[in-house]
Amino acid sequence: MAHQASDTRASAMGTSVTTESDSAGQARFDELIAADQRIEPADWMPDAYRKTLIRQISQHAHSEIIGMQPEGNWITRAPSLKRKAILMAKVQDEAGHGLYLYSAAQTLGVGRDRMTEDLISGKAKYSSIFNYPTPTWADMGSIGWLVDGAAICNQVPLCRASYGPYGRAMVRICKEESFHQRQGFEILLHLSRGTAEQKAMAQESVNRWYAPALMMFGPPDADSPNSAQSMAWNIKRFSNDDLRQRFVDMIVPQAEVLGLTLPDPAIRWNEERGHYDYGDLDWDEFYEVLKGRGPANAIRLERRRQAHEDGAWVREAAAAYAARQQASVVERIAS
Amino acid sequence: MSKKPVAAATDTMTDTATVQDADVWPLWEVFVRSSRGLSHLHAGSLNAPDAEMAVRNARDLYTRRNEGVSIWVVPSSAITASDPDEKDAFFESPRGKEYRHASYYTESEGVKHL
Repeated sequence: MAHQASDTRASAMGTSVTTESDSAGQARFDELIAADQRIEPADWMPDAYRKTLIRQISQHAHSEIIGMQPEGNWITRAPSLKRKAILMAKVQDEAGHGLYLYSAAQTLGVGRDRMTEDLISGKAKYSSIFNYPTPTWADMGSIGWLVDGAAICNQVPLCRASYGPYGRAMVRICKEESFHQRQGFEILLHLSRGTAEQKAMAQESVNRWYAPALMMFGPPDADSPNSAQSMAWNIKRFSNDDLRQRFVDMIVPQAEVLGLTLPDPAIRWNEERGHYDYGDLDWDEFYEVLKGRGPANAIRLERRRQAHEDGAWVREAAAAYAARQQASVVERIAS
Repeated sequence: MSKKPVAAATDTMTDTATVQDADVWPLWEVFVRSSRGLSHLHAGSLNAPDAEMAVRNARDLYTRRNEGVSIWVVPSSAITASDPDEKDAFFESPRGKEYRHASYYTESEGVKHL
């Protein structure tokens, strides 16, 4: 099989030796990238491109799956039936987004089961944002408005990522994300227009989520060594800092509509740049959370592992049933 | 056209993986008809233990917002596709055959209903 053969060759010979078909493949790949065309699963692609995509897409998938937890946490305590139904639909979407992305990663030759194993063993990473707790109902608003808002900023350009299945998954996801962002905004708007206590709850939540949401775009460009390569491969279209700036420019006027403030005294309009200035972020915290020392890392992984183990009997029963159905079909054909 | 192993050939046509890691549940390709009168179009893939579960899973995964009125699932391993390495030789024939398109015939320009 094409992929297996090229992978085996790559690992057996290291990077120094190039076969004739590899150099032809590389030339074709470079040509497609230069023309801003898409790479499809059966195409030859550099090993590093494949690895980068597997890492990025599977991390993205894991983030969607883990991202179900902070909100799932509030389904039983949503303040009304309407809010409960909305929250359930949203959490179901997150599961769907995870599955679209797992499928995209599978086209690169990595198995679903292995990705699940890597997540629950703690080997794989996911977005650090989901390692923050959600102690109040207002956090459902902040997650929708700020976290999903930042995700949309990041994901819209990914619809044009050079790897076809990834871009197609992102198109589907982006369509659904806009509902997430709007419902979050509405939760905050209602709280902000409510009692003084409700408004304070909304403000306290925004204060906690603002900086972690800005950090979702990743480290500053100067400290993001892989960005340049991803941009050269047309996987990434804008730098971390450019996307972060775009997001800040979006949320400052939105916060005004909400009647809430952003917890950053450095925010002010910069006429010369045509953008809002904002203050430095605490990147030490970012790396701590990324390394697994955030407030909720252990809980999130434990919950995921528990769910996987609790579901083992269902998977086994379904597989056994399928095997028996298959066997009875074979038997009927034979007789 | 040479016969290629199915798993390798599959991804040319669909997004199916050449799955190197074996999964417990097989992979299925999902096709959704968005409304009556239109074809089923490839929507994506999913893992499921059997065809019935694949259809239910596909409903939950690909039609949460009225995207479809009908779903097909096909085992990914059942799809045979053209060989990506033979791309040029296989698809070259239409080149130089512009006369197969209406736009080739220019002398009738200005003549109505033609």
